Amino acid sequence: MKIKNRGNVLDDLDWRILQVLQEDAKQTYVETGRRLQVAHSTVHERIKKMEEQGIIEKYTAIVNLDKVGAKYITAIMTVFTDPKESGNVAERLSKLEEVLEVFTSLSEELLIIAKVTAEDQEKLHSFIAHSVAPLPGVLRIRTSIVTKKYKEEMFSIKGGQTPNERL
Amino acid sequence: MKSFSPSSRILRKLPRENAFYFFTSIGNYTGVSAESLEEFIQKIKEVNTKSLEFHLYRGDFQKWADETLEDRELSEKIKNLQTLKPVGDALRDQLYFMVSRRFEELKRQTL
Repeated sequence: MKIKNRGNVLDDLDWRILQVLQEDAKQTYVETGRRLQVAHSTVHERIKKMEEQGIIEKYTAIVNLDKVGAKYITAIMTVFTDPKESGNVAERLSKLEEVLEVFTSLSEELLIIAKVTAEDQEKLHSFIAHSVAPLPGVLRIRTSIVTKKYKEEMFSIKGGQTPNERL
Repeated sequence: MKSFSPSSRILRKLPRENAFYFFTSIGNYTGVSAESLEEFIQKIKEVNTKSLEFHLYRGDFQKWADETLEDRELSEKIKNLQTLKPVGDALRDQLYFMVSRRFEELKRQTL
């Protein structure tokens, strides 16, 4: 099955390569090819194409901060904004290093949801009071500090199925 | 650069980033802010008393008066108020009375 993805057509092999990379991006072309029973040159060519097309955006390391003894807290911040300023607020939040993820959402009011991190509650509060509350268009802010993380994963491709096939 | 007398400096309008932002707890901003001492007095009347308690006992009012407004005298008065441990509307009334009195005093000095 071929799935058209914003102008780029991915076939079954592409999806299976993406699945392998999501499990472990450090696998070599040879290992991936052996696993998928295709030539490593094919794997190389497909990956290169997906990188060029921006389908594969980057390869990154997931650091377990608990294991390196890093002191930090994570919070989910909901920012209620003036609708006219919402885009600007989201863009400015995205540039702050304490902010890990930014989303806009349409519920009863236009709001921005952001995941933020700080060393401790005091630094989190100081960051929100000095860097977020003063942004033009911010009406009010609700923040929930995360006490325990049960799951955190990027969108994953499982069992060779494309996202549409899983729905 | 424009120079201010000590009193008018304390009474000046502050840039947005130096305003006082009222929170009710860590990270929970009420949407109420004050960009001058005069505006701060108005906002004491309207903000939730939970917010006043949150900031008084963290020392935020005292710190803002001292470091941002640069009014050591007001900062000391707020510190003293903190030792009396007022809560709720009693806190609102006492804080309002104290800051208003200081504001009037500073205004007189600028005349």
